[in-house]
Amino acid sequence: MNGMTQIIHFFGGVALLLRDIILELRKKPFYFHLFLQQVYEMGWKSLPIIFVTSACTGMVLTLQFGLTLEKFGGKIYSPKILSLAIFREIGPVFTSLILAGRVGAGITAEIGTMRVAQQIDALLALGTSPIKRIVIPRFLGGIVALPLLCLFSCFISILFGALVGYWELNLDLFYFFYQIFDTSKLHDFFSGYIKTYFFACFITLTACYFGLKVSHGAYEVGNATTKTIVFSSVLIVLGDYLLTKFYWMMVM
Amino acid sequence: MKSIIEVKNLYISFKEKKVLKGVTFSLSEGECLALIGGSGDGKSTLLRSIIGLESPTSGQILFDGKNILRFDVEQYIFIRKQISYVFQGGALFDSMTVYDNLAFPLREHTDWSEEKIKKAVLHELKEFELEGSENIYPTELSGGMQKRVGVARAIIIKPKVILYDEPTSGLDPYTKKNMQKAIIKMQKRGATSMIVTHDMQTALKVCDRVALLKGGKIQAVDTPKNFRENPNIFLNNFIKGIKQGENDESA
Repeated sequence: MNGMTQIIHFFGGVALLLRDIILELRKKPFYFHLFLQQVYEMGWKSLPIIFVTSACTGMVLTLQFGLTLEKFGGKIYSPKILSLAIFREIGPVFTSLILAGRVGAGITAEIGTMRVAQQIDALLALGTSPIKRIVIPRFLGGIVALPLLCLFSCFISILFGALVGYWELNLDLFYFFYQIFDTSKLHDFFSGYIKTYFFACFITLTACYFGLKVSHGAYEVGNATTKTIVFSSVLIVLGDYLLTKFYWMMVM
Repeated sequence: MKSIIEVKNLYISFKEKKVLKGVTFSLSEGECLALIGGSGDGKSTLLRSIIGLESPTSGQILFDGKNILRFDVEQYIFIRKQISYVFQGGALFDSMTVYDNLAFPLREHTDWSEEKIKKAVLHELKEFELEGSENIYPTELSGGMQKRVGVARAIIIKPKVILYDEPTSGLDPYTKKNMQKAIIKMQKRGATSMIVTHDMQTALKVCDRVALLKGGKIQAVDTPKNFRENPNIFLNNFIKGIKQGENDESA
């Protein structure tokens, strides 16, 4: 299958998967405990990596903005730029990319291995829908967990950015936070935050699609995992541009 | 006796390869049918198509007189509550303990209390000599034990029909004997069984009829007694491991 055919297959397959999810969501039962388990797996267990990456991002951005603007006497503007960059772009996109690697790859590997071990067939044979039991909890779990992780990431980035501003750039902490609240309006925050719902859909749908497509062998599981990371990362960055453009068209 | 499953002129192809080329047979209520044949002849494919895990190219599969190939997802779920499938490797859910694997069909398809489910699970574990393994995960079990858990999970819901895919392969003689006993016991409970196997001993000992699948078609169906007394040429060759045609050349 060449590249273009593969892309067309991917979008068609994901659309059919989304249709199945919507159809199955209307039927009973809803596995609430599995949904909570996924929120825990995707959200709670991702906190350490999101904490480290967000803290480092906040610190390095403050340092870069501060040191660059210092040459022009504009060091005091670094909190403004930092907050806009974090809320609008870095927070949502960075968190989503990390989740695509950690969670998306995990979902594909898990579902792919279940396919190889005939566990998906066993679910079907036992009269249980794999979409209901496997896909929907992960899909909804991602939609709940990713926006919460984005909030956490933005908070940590700003906090550690402020600490670096205080230690390295000699900016007053009160001044730093005052500048952030003065600059960032609610729509700045929402322009980034809303995107995480779309990114969560991209990651979970891509991961489930490639996982369910595995038919045999460890090689195919590895291949599917790689495809999940590549496709969901591209969807996130491409979707980021389109969603940003759409959002500002609506707001302006 | 009334037919519970009827397969009529079933064709299945995978891309260019034709696996089943017009399979026709029927399974009566309470009967046990063994399906034997060479590796790659489509025995498991036929079994999987009965439960909707494969999509036939053409033909009919009737369950209680209704063509299940025309069923939608909801109707298939209803059928799958009545037809259980024993997978060759067990296909146990490795994220669940043995107890949860056995309790799974009951939790999904009954409104039983946890107390009642526990009683049923512990009873089946005892039946299959798996006591004490309820809190173990499937990956920690031996192949034979996994197989027994797979059978126990399939029969716990007391289905009308049980489809066994190689239930005795890879088992030691003692476990194999126990598995044969379990199959006979299920028959006595009134379940209809279909067994795909290479194990002639099990096929002839446990089943009421034996069918030979070769070249994508059912070549012979007869009782074990008749197969023993008047061995069919295909069956003889199968047992002896001689390919069709080799006989003629050597003669």
